Amino acid sequence: MELREFLRIQSRRDFFRQSTGLGTMALAHLLALEGRTADMPRTDPLAPKPAHFPGKAKAVILLFMEGAPSQVDLFDPKPGLQKWHGTALPESMTKDLKLAFIKPTAKVMASPRVFTRHGQCGMELSDFLPHLGTVADEICLVRSMVTDAFNHHPAQLMLMSGTMQFGRPSMGAWVTYGLGSESQSLPGFVVLSSGKGTSGGATNFTSGFLPSTYQGVPFRSSGDPVLYLSSPPGITAETQRNTLDVLGQLNEEHRLRTGDYEIASRLAAYELAFRMQAAAPELLDFSKESPRTLEMYGIHDENKKAFATNCLLARRMVERGVRFVQLMHASWDDHTQLNKNLKKNCDITDQPVAALIRDLKQRGLLDSTLVIWGGEFGRTPMVEIRNTNEEGNEGRDHHPLAFTMWLAGGGIKPGTVVGKTDDLGFHVIEDKVHVNDLQATILHCLGFDHTRLTFRHQGRDFRLTDIHGHVVKKMLA
Amino acid sequence: MQREILTVAPALALALLGAAAELPPPAPRPVDFAKEVGPLLRSRCQGCHGAAQQLSGLRLDSRAGVLQGGYAGPAIVPGKSEQSRLIHLVAELKPGVVMPPAGPRLTAEQIGVLRAWIDQGAQMPERPAARAAQPAPPPSHWSFAPPRKPTPPQPRQAAWVRNPIDAFVLARLEAEGLTPSPEAERATLIRRVSFDLTGLPPTPREVADFLADPRPDAYERLVDRLLQSPHYGERWARHWLDLGRYADSDGYEKDQPRPHAWRYRHWLIEALNRDLPFDEFTIQTMAGDLLPQAAAGPQIATGFHRNTLTNREGGTNPEQFRFEQTVDRAATVGTVWLGLTMGCAQCHDHKYDPISQRDFYQLFAFFNTADETYLDAPLPGEEGPYFRALPEYRRQREALFREYRVRELQAEWEAGLREAIANPGKSHEWDFALNVARVMGDYADRRILAGPERRTPRENEEMTRLFIQYYGGAIVTKERLKELRWEEFKEKFKKLDETLPWYSQAPVLYPSPEARKTHIAIRGDWREPGIEVQPATPASLPPLQAAGTPTRLDLARWLVSRENPLTARVTVNRFWGEFFGRALVRTTEDFGRQGEPPSHPELLDWLATEFMDQGWSMKAMHRLMVTSATYRQSSAVRPEVQAKDPANVLLARQARLRLPAESLRDAALAASGLLNPAIGGKSIRPPQPAGVTALGYSEQGKWVETEGPERYRRGLYIQFLRTTPYPMLMNFDAPDSNVACTRRQRSNTPLQALNLLNDPVFFEAAQGLANRLLRQVRGPVTERINYGFQLAVGREATASEKDKLAGFFAKQKQVFARDAEAARQVYPLEREDADPAEAATWVALSRALLNLDEFMTRE
Repeated sequence: MELREFLRIQSRRDFFRQSTGLGTMALAHLLALEGRTADMPRTDPLAPKPAHFPGKAKAVILLFMEGAPSQVDLFDPKPGLQKWHGTALPESMTKDLKLAFIKPTAKVMASPRVFTRHGQCGMELSDFLPHLGTVADEICLVRSMVTDAFNHHPAQLMLMSGTMQFGRPSMGAWVTYGLGSESQSLPGFVVLSSGKGTSGGATNFTSGFLPSTYQGVPFRSSGDPVLYLSSPPGITAETQRNTLDVLGQLNEEHRLRTGDYEIASRLAAYELAFRMQAAAPELLDFSKESPRTLEMYGIHDENKKAFATNCLLARRMVERGVRFVQLMHASWDDHTQLNKNLKKNCDITDQPVAALIRDLKQRGLLDSTLVIWGGEFGRTPMVEIRNTNEEGNEGRDHHPLAFTMWLAGGGIKPGTVVGKTDDLGFHVIEDKVHVNDLQATILHCLGFDHTRLTFRHQGRDFRLTDIHGHVVKKMLA
Repeated sequence: MQREILTVAPALALALLGAAAELPPPAPRPVDFAKEVGPLLRSRCQGCHGAAQQLSGLRLDSRAGVLQGGYAGPAIVPGKSEQSRLIHLVAELKPGVVMPPAGPRLTAEQIGVLRAWIDQGAQMPERPAARAAQPAPPPSHWSFAPPRKPTPPQPRQAAWVRNPIDAFVLARLEAEGLTPSPEAERATLIRRVSFDLTGLPPTPREVADFLADPRPDAYERLVDRLLQSPHYGERWARHWLDLGRYADSDGYEKDQPRPHAWRYRHWLIEALNRDLPFDEFTIQTMAGDLLPQAAAGPQIATGFHRNTLTNREGGTNPEQFRFEQTVDRAATVGTVWLGLTMGCAQCHDHKYDPISQRDFYQLFAFFNTADETYLDAPLPGEEGPYFRALPEYRRQREALFREYRVRELQAEWEAGLREAIANPGKSHEWDFALNVARVMGDYADRRILAGPERRTPRENEEMTRLFIQYYGGAIVTKERLKELRWEEFKEKFKKLDETLPWYSQAPVLYPSPEARKTHIAIRGDWREPGIEVQPATPASLPPLQAAGTPTRLDLARWLVSRENPLTARVTVNRFWGEFFGRALVRTTEDFGRQGEPPSHPELLDWLATEFMDQGWSMKAMHRLMVTSATYRQSSAVRPEVQAKDPANVLLARQARLRLPAESLRDAALAASGLLNPAIGGKSIRPPQPAGVTALGYSEQGKWVETEGPERYRRGLYIQFLRTTPYPMLMNFDAPDSNVACTRRQRSNTPLQALNLLNDPVFFEAAQGLANRLLRQVRGPVTERINYGFQLAVGREATASEKDKLAGFFAKQKQVFARDAEAARQVYPLEREDADPAEAATWVALSRALLNLDEFMTRE
């Protein structure tokens, strides 16, 4: 059997040499892609896999607005706050309330923002988000989000990996583990970032206890887009190809000696790395994008450039089969100077985000791409003042009891608002959506029963939603 | 933390959630327990809270049980149904917290009946019915019975057996109709055992000596030499650093660097090198600070527990994170010493799990009375210069403090903070300053309230430094700071500090001055204390005998007592996993009911008892394992074995294992001749692409490359920052250091290929290797190829391998001959004896060698 296998590989190898010029190592990878598990005990862990049922969404773009944007000033108009402005809430409401910085007795701050209705659906949005208003009919606004943590890192763990415990896989890792990747030359789970670093750092895209094959690969905005993607100075593509060829020959000889198929997987990984070296520059090359597209994203605006580039990259990655794009922008943590800082972040992000939705739509990708926008929690209706001597110092504290996120595409009901908060925007009073519910719904859109996408670790079947989560039907198309 | 149900007290929840959370009214009539209440309790409650099991410590089949209640206290208050926890739970007073957890909710009518029953005095039988079937206790679990030393079996092929390990393995193979593999070739053996015992490859000289050694015990001599190597301590320290979730930073958002963390690693290396017996190792690790007249050494061992994460994010409650650190300490002891996964027990009882929530908090209680501090722990040579410099430093510092009125300002600051502690909400500015002091300083409230006279010198020093660093913000105007010339002072103080020679400190535990009680945290929530518990060991294990309240020291002695059925088994099992790639109990962290049973139970017990019998020597166990015939087998896959035993559980061959991240770096540096073999000391920062640390929030952990020979030190010295870990370590499956890791994964990804091909560290190693070949070998191409092969994989190249590499050499040389610029970049030195194209080609060839599967694999 060994000899027969060897001969078959030989003949396949000749075929590849003649027809494509690919090196010998691609062979093992291609065999693996063909799912020939009988011959290749270790198949590619990133090979596409079916979900539990046909899902509408094939890819995810998670726009993670780190630090927590203020829902009171962007998404959830509360004219009722006006009459409380400058006064403390009644003690009956705030008894035992625990917030990160401010006291329960902090005074209410009504939003200075003007909210207007947008689209056919008449969704109310803040004047800081004029561009999002133009795609209001595509999105589903969830005003009733809640989470369990009121500090950044724990809340980011909740949102990304379903619990506050360390060591669990992030959402992108779960999705890539469940569905594999459609791309033959790019990672399945990519992380893009702009602004500052995030509180969660690497835990926001960790593979946790899943194999590290599924961890998010950061694409960087300067230097190599992927760490160590460029060959060292003087190592040309030809040298790299020669190197991979000789490695292929020597490794194959060693494989025959040891009989270990893991060596074939190693060859496949090296070939994928080689293809990434070619594919990544193509991905980053915007020269074939129309000027209108670049204009739409706002790429030429210095202020927006980094974030807009990431949005356009997200679309191009989805086109090229990347499964999960996590685009992070930090920070929205406006404890002070809320008016100024919130406007700044909106100026940076509003136009590119709307462009992304429109662009996906016009290319027919929105139906199969789930877009999610939001932070790890919301902000208080009460004011936070750290320095009474400073003009415009007012900000808002962390608020996990009610906040807003939005979703679009990939099986989500467009032009809808889900959930309601009380007159102060303090508590959810209708259709509460816990972050675990959001995760269950995201997995549902991808074709998974969230209780069945599991991984056995330490004697227990773990899942993204821990032991909670319900699919939110009202969010579904 | 499981669900952290926030903020909302029951009354508020009631107000906000409206009718849903209101209690149904009590039934307006006398209620008959036997007819109405008893059947309801039986059908809906007693399955989990009855004779068969008592989840949450609760039993609802007698009045005594109901009144005693469970972890959260009494289930009912007779006469007051509205205050009874049972009613709150069945009515879901707190959203999401409801009983029974499965099946239909109790109806309003049923709740009304229960309320009326309670209001009418809660009459029911005092004791459980005598004939209520007492369930059979669950069958005892294999790992909870103490190991007894089995007699090794007598396999037929007795000549193969080198020590008792082999007898067990071979007897099993024979029973399954399999034969062991032949012994690996000598070159393979020396590379394997060198990596396994020291984490480093053998030098070509060491290989040659071993190959030429005709003595029958040449291999045993080799093993003894490696066990004596100081690199042994480094390799096994890495194992313990995985278990102890070691890192050089706090973790969480701020992820502040921990400049003294390495001192624990330094202790580990020393302790392992002198083969500190494992029982003593355990006692020092758990309670070195409680040993009579503790010298610095044993107390430094408690640094194991100082590797827990610290959350210094603004607004954090320090008490919450002290709780979480303590949870982590208890859980880590459970995982590492007892092989019991306790994650579930933190929040609730798990059906059939041997560890209850009560057990968990009893273990937690041992650590709840430990606080953190630093200990002066100078390395040899540090004391002299430090002591000499100290008087002058003190003089200048006092002068500086006087000039800038530091003491006076600090006293004002502390007074302000004391006022903020006493009257929260009075001043935003002081509240915020207090919050900063609490999260950035340790035990801030206690120390501020104690005042300078009642603080220790170390506490005073830390408080002064906290003040200097965080004075400012909104409590002082900018004008005032200017007037005080505060920035100028800080600059001068920093400069002065830099004149003081380094004096190492060790992070340690010590008994807390606070008398803290331990309560079971209901649903794992630290703000919901249930009943009080005392320090104790898990009920399903042999009891701990101690006079009075047991301490961490008692716990430590219990862990390594002869009666403890787990510690020795769990420890030798992990050793086995390190030497064979798969442990006898594959789930090294879980010997409980959810874990996998051992593949060779008798072998495991023999090893565990042998470990204790020979005095807990780790080196002796390692020697025993690596000198076995089982270990010495070839790792080549045999088709007939593969078909029958694809996972190699039966050990008919050795395993091919990709090297761990740190060893890969070490192997490349060793091959290139760049490796700096210095032992111990501070962490280092090798080159890393710009922008990696920028992905984290921390401002202070920016990566400044280590210069000079230090930058070529071994992988275990690489500074580990939790939110922005060194990429190469993560690419090759090093643990993230947030929780204990008892076995690493071995993945195979394209990022690993990019890392080894293109990372400047590895390219520099390729250049170093080429340079070595050019300098050391003056012969035909194939001779250099052969030496390169020896340096990279520890054996001679075969004829066919030489041919292939010579073919590559010829082809690649043409590429560089055509492209002089590329050649110059690849090999920048000018040589008398080689033209640039040829020299560059040697770099390219060396680079290929350092990417061979065999290079990165311990065969």
